[in-house]
Amino acid sequence: MARIIVVTSGKGGVGKTTTSAAIAMGLAKRGHKTAVIDFDVGLRNLDLIMGCERRVVYDFVNVINGEATLNQALIRDKNCNQLYILPASQTRDKDALSQEGVGRILDELKKDFKYIVCDSPAGIERGAFLAMYYADDAFIVTNPEVSSVRDSDRMLGILSSKSRRAEHNEEPIKEYLLLTRYSPERVKLGEMLSVDDVQEILSLHLLGVIPESKSVLNASNSGTPVILDEKSDAGQAYADVIARYLGEDRPHRFIDEKKGLFGKLFGSK
Amino acid sequence: MSLLDYFRTSKTSSASLAKERLQILVAHERTSRNQPSYLPQLQKELLEVIRKYVSIDQDAISVNFEQDDNQETLELNIVLPDTNKKS
Ligand SMILES: Nc1ncnc2c1ncn2[C@@H]1O[C@H](COP(=O)(O)OP(=O)(O)OP(=O)(O)O)[C@@H](O)[C@H]1O
Ligand SMILES: [Mg+2]
Repeated sequence: MARIIVVTSGKGGVGKTTTSAAIAMGLAKRGHKTAVIDFDVGLRNLDLIMGCERRVVYDFVNVINGEATLNQALIRDKNCNQLYILPASQTRDKDALSQEGVGRILDELKKDFKYIVCDSPAGIERGAFLAMYYADDAFIVTNPEVSSVRDSDRMLGILSSKSRRAEHNEEPIKEYLLLTRYSPERVKLGEMLSVDDVQEILSLHLLGVIPESKSVLNASNSGTPVILDEKSDAGQAYADVIARYLGEDRPHRFIDEKKGLFGKLFGSK
Repeated sequence: MSLLDYFRTSKTSSASLAKERLQILVAHERTSRNQPSYLPQLQKELLEVIRKYVSIDQDAISVNFEQDDNQETLELNIVLPDTNKKS
């Protein structure tokens, strides 16, 4: 059975697109045929993060409007042949995505793909609504910061009341927490909310903690999802996220401070 | 308290203050999220009815909705003005 995953947050700029690219690549690398869809109509960016911006011919809205077939619009990823990208339209028409149209395309994708990752735009408007409406699983991307945590909680309220599963009284969307841009050093200094602090408020299933990392900017500069940078901390953290999502047990590696040479030599444990 | 302690406590307080504020806010927003949408209108109409008989302030009336697994309760609180005091 295909599963639709929405990557959402409410708040903007917390790492949804970075996460969508990483997890879609991670699932595809594990051999699962995966499609990743950019729902940010008017502000397409997933194509850049995936490094396929020059191969965009048709987009999501073209497919909904019947101006192109799904096969014409889907871009096969250059690093992994199990991964396909459906770019967002650059139209300024806010109503370009219809609920019926989105449902129709997702149904078509479900026949052929194992995972469909929906990169939600920020906010709680139409685009964000449609990205989550048909979801089976939700990855809530949260930064350890007050407004992000609050917005995540609001988004949880929307998932549990406005989604298709909620409307049809089906089993609710499975909600997972992904805490990103985490700095163990700042948490230790008491400057940043800790994983436990955030969990005390949201109490979700924790899929992973992604550290604040230079490798994320490097990855977006070159247009390769950070998960392919296997030496990087963020890349490894995303790989762990995929493993946990697929049911494997992995200890959290990036919650505590990295020990420097000094810590390694003299630290306890 | 040493200078070092001063820096330590001022630092630890920032994240814990954030957590405290969030806990209060999120709890509040969660209860209001589950409230039926007719509550504000109900409150307004109740106020009008009561004002036919007693003069009360707008904030003298509060309507609370609560929900648990097996029942929903609507709690209505009206504070009448102090009759001893002549207004
Ligand atoms: N773990 C991280 N470490 C460092 N920088 C990060 C990390 N995650 C994301 N960023 C940076 O944060 C910025 C926003 O990331 P991204 O575009 O993924 O967020 P978004 O939630 O999709 O934003 P929007 O709401 O605008 O769609 C980018 O510049 C990205 O490089
Ligand atoms: Mg984005």
